[in-house]
Amino acid sequence: MAVLVNKDSKVIVQGFTGTEGTFHATQMIEYGTNVVGGVTPNKGGTTHLDRPVFNTVKDAVVSTGADTSIIFVPPAFAADAVMEASDAGIKTIICITEGIPVQDMVKAREYIKGKDSRLIGPNCPGVITAGEAKVGIMPGFVFEKGKIGIVSKSGTLTYEAADQVVKAGLGVSTAIGIGGDPIIGTTTKEAVELLMNDPETEGIIMIGEIGGNMEAEAATWLKDNMRKPVVGFIAGQTAPPGRRMGHAGAIIGGADDTAEAKMKIMGECGIHVVASPADIGKTMASVLNK
Amino acid sequence: MNLHEYQAKELLKKYDVPVQEGVACSTPEEAVAAYEKIAAETNSKFAVLKAQIHAGGRGKGTMKEVPSQHGVQVVKSADDVKTVATNILGNTLVTIQTGEAGKVVSKILLAKDMYYDGPSDRKEFYLSILLDRATKQNVIMYSTEGGMDIEEVAHSTPEKIYKEFVKPGYSLQGFQARNIAFNLGLTGDAQKNMIKFVTNLYNAYVGLDCGMLEINPLFKSADDKIIAVDCKMNIDDNALIRHKDIEALRDKSEEDPTEVEAGEFNLNYVKLDGNVGCMVNGAGLAMATMDMIKLAGGEPANFLDVGGTANAQTVEAGFRIIMKDPNVKAILINIFGGIVRCDRVAAGVIEAYNNLGDIQIPIIVRLQGTNAVEAKKLIEESGLKVQSAILLSEAAELVQKAVAVTA
Repeated sequence: MAVLVNKDSKVIVQGFTGTEGTFHATQMIEYGTNVVGGVTPNKGGTTHLDRPVFNTVKDAVVSTGADTSIIFVPPAFAADAVMEASDAGIKTIICITEGIPVQDMVKAREYIKGKDSRLIGPNCPGVITAGEAKVGIMPGFVFEKGKIGIVSKSGTLTYEAADQVVKAGLGVSTAIGIGGDPIIGTTTKEAVELLMNDPETEGIIMIGEIGGNMEAEAATWLKDNMRKPVVGFIAGQTAPPGRRMGHAGAIIGGADDTAEAKMKIMGECGIHVVASPADIGKTMASVLNK
Repeated sequence: MNLHEYQAKELLKKYDVPVQEGVACSTPEEAVAAYEKIAAETNSKFAVLKAQIHAGGRGKGTMKEVPSQHGVQVVKSADDVKTVATNILGNTLVTIQTGEAGKVVSKILLAKDMYYDGPSDRKEFYLSILLDRATKQNVIMYSTEGGMDIEEVAHSTPEKIYKEFVKPGYSLQGFQARNIAFNLGLTGDAQKNMIKFVTNLYNAYVGLDCGMLEINPLFKSADDKIIAVDCKMNIDDNALIRHKDIEALRDKSEEDPTEVEAGEFNLNYVKLDGNVGCMVNGAGLAMATMDMIKLAGGEPANFLDVGGTANAQTVEAGFRIIMKDPNVKAILINIFGGIVRCDRVAAGVIEAYNNLGDIQIPIIVRLQGTNAVEAKKLIEESGLKVQSAILLSEAAELVQKAVAVTA
């Protein structure tokens, strides 16, 4: 169970035969993810990693019944890949690609609006439901099965948080990497809401960073919907304004999107905010044991 | 990527956006020649010289070497042009946005004077286009209060700022362009020209993949022309893959040289003012590591994301870049090894350390993830003066001790 992906997810890989696609598809299969095939235009009809390759997502869906897609397509074509997946009826589209032009994502997000598709990412590590399915690029062994859900804009910081909750004896239900771009498919609030409604998740870790208003939006929602404890961390407390800190979306634009402002509103809404990234796991453990 | 005013104006002209015309010059002689040409064309002795740097506040800013000289000045004769151009070119312009160091001016724009008399009043407006992250739409922000600091206007008189949101995938619609012209109080030819101006400007914003496009002042001349007198343009870095011509306009002299060098090694580096350098894989963890340094009593000297493959080459390049900063008193390497194995990273760190020779400042290496224990052992047995940690909390304690010693 858990959310978004599980052992029953039928996963296809867009950009299947490329270097990245091949490497991570192999890792996903080793983890036990049900990868049913992949898409690379003009390679339809061939086989890759013992799975069928299709020219289009539509062909893949018709032949395999795929409901989930992971995208490793280069940035110039990735937004198109998202729209193609949505058009073919894929329910969960996970876009790993970093470096997509932001106007492409504005368009792609509008395109899938109203369709029965959820987009995760882009510029994200993907989603993992521990022990069931890894649809992403994270090191699977870090995410030992347990009861903590993680929502994060960052890759390695997600692994760090997972490692800490595992070492605290709690383990991970589902970890959702929502991505570090200014325009992403699933917001912090939407991801937190999914975990709040998941019976297998007993506590939620929400990791944000400078830039945008998504953490404030999630905090405001949580104020009235906090049925499980939430521990929060915001990266970039020492980041200077106006400078992009690696992620395209990690830039302080005004007084509202600093780490300080986000931590304040999160605290006011009942989230257990930690100042140090080293305290995420132990804080969750102590909050749950209260 | 930021562009200079003169570059941005040339790009706008391709979209039929009227701009204050001018010639970019690198020497006083070029400026005089450009002045004579423009004076003949406009049949006016008035023109304006504008220093070209990537920062605002040029008009009020002054030259470090010639404090009486501002970064923008109206000129009335060839002699004027020669004096002003000599004052500005090669000298350092300090504005409220450049900081005390200022920026060296290597180009000036000799532009036509648009503030001539005519049948109607001249007016200055403000207009910018950017992505509104909250609504996930492009928004045109505009105001009758042109030529001023727009953040000040937004703060003191928010009712004077209008917004027009554009539906994704659509161009600016006719009624929206009319809204803008009406709200700015325009009639007749000025209204028609404004409608055309904003429609074309929005097309330029999308077509050029701008991150931000600001026209301040947006000018109505005394004969009802609508003109971009100034233009600040930023291009979405991710979109440069499809704008090789724009990428060629990049002025690296405007950027921090160490950041440019880091970019050549595919390292994402931002220089800060602190005393503890750091090298991390992943942007979020890198920011979190900076925060941890601060909590441990230090100040981060930089942001540095080495990306997914932290090998000997990238680590060595990272070391070199961090150590260029004389303020750095300690370095923390924080790598969460997932798919990249920690023992490999450790071997890379040892190799890089040996290649660099004697490093005088404490180095703390925290490697967590695949083969973390083997990695710690490798570091400890290397004989190098490197402290090693596995848990983030252990790394924080080591930073705290290192900072206490150097203080």
